[in-house]
Amino acid sequence: MVEFALPKNSRIRTGKTWPKPEGAKNVRKFLIYRWSPEDGENPRVDTYFVDMDTCGPMVLDALIKIKNEIDPTLTFRRSCREGICGSCAMNIDGGNELACIFGLDEIKGDVKIYPLPHMQVVKDLIPDLTQFYAQHASIMPWLETKTNPPHKEWRQSIEDRKQLDGLYECVMCACCSASCPSYWWNSDRYLGPAALLHAYRWIIDSRDEATGERLDDLEDPFKLYRCHTIMNCAQTCPKGLNLAKAIAEVKKLMVQRTV
Amino acid sequence: MADVNPGNRPLSPHLQVYRWPLNMALSILHRITGTAMGVTGVLIVWYFLALATGPDYFETASAVLTSWFGDIVLFLSVCALWLHFANGVRHLIWDTGSHFGLKTSKRSAYIGIGFAVVMVIVTIIVG
Repeated sequence: MVEFALPKNSRIRTGKTWPKPEGAKNVRKFLIYRWSPEDGENPRVDTYFVDMDTCGPMVLDALIKIKNEIDPTLTFRRSCREGICGSCAMNIDGGNELACIFGLDEIKGDVKIYPLPHMQVVKDLIPDLTQFYAQHASIMPWLETKTNPPHKEWRQSIEDRKQLDGLYECVMCACCSASCPSYWWNSDRYLGPAALLHAYRWIIDSRDEATGERLDDLEDPFKLYRCHTIMNCAQTCPKGLNLAKAIAEVKKLMVQRTV
Repeated sequence: MADVNPGNRPLSPHLQVYRWPLNMALSILHRITGTAMGVTGVLIVWYFLALATGPDYFETASAVLTSWFGDIVLFLSVCALWLHFANGVRHLIWDTGSHFGLKTSKRSAYIGIGFAVVMVIVTIIVG
């Protein structure tokens, strides 16, 4: 449902300002969203100052530095630090990014960091992605076949394999779905760009034999058609994938099979 | 996570923190202009009804529509019409599955806005 304002328990108050590092000359200000399930208080935005002369180039470097040197209670997900695990997705400087591959030099002024938008917050920068993963599972993200399995693997021509480029690279970081206003208002029924990209990836896989069932499942006023080509998904995808186009292709296939 | 008390989990900020890309602004404008033109449509029907009803009533309707307030409403409606038209063409092109690139979609946004501005000026001059 469309609700522009945040619920009462989610309104953000000003938080703590942490002391500046001593003797640092090149200091940068970080404003970071904090919420803990333990104290029963509303979320707040804390202010940190980081010595940029001893900090790595990426936003994740700064977050780890803050956690190590200033405030060990700051909580966020991270793992691979090279944009392939999709753990450190968060809202940085107004856009959804992977903190590990988003350079601090790409941000003008203070660095503002929030969790992925319009999600239940587990703690600080960690959103609850249960629904997001369930939606991904619902599109059957695996090869569905009916014919007897071949002796070795299911084979595919080079041309057919090329169809999957720009789709298989998705790391399921949820940046796209969390950037989509349609998903904000209807995430209970609209699948969101990530799940739809995966749906398309299996629909056009030459080896898959459940194309009809897959399209049947998406023939629904909400699951697919809540996409109104707002384009935020493609704009924000840290892997540079064009989700809006993938969804448009699914819509096209829907029309093609009825005419 | 079932054994952990989730607490009173807040909703993370969305519109409050998200930086609006041009296409997102145009998308919501497309809806607003579409709805607004529906209201203008009713206004125009009312104008014709007044015309059919008789000279006295028509006098009233005409006075409302040619007042400064009516002028503003009609000017905004003309803007809405052309912006909605230009954006509608973009959506038609998108429905064919093309022009989805980040640069292409931005360019088509600017072209659409430019076209709408020109057409508003043309409409006012001609009208």
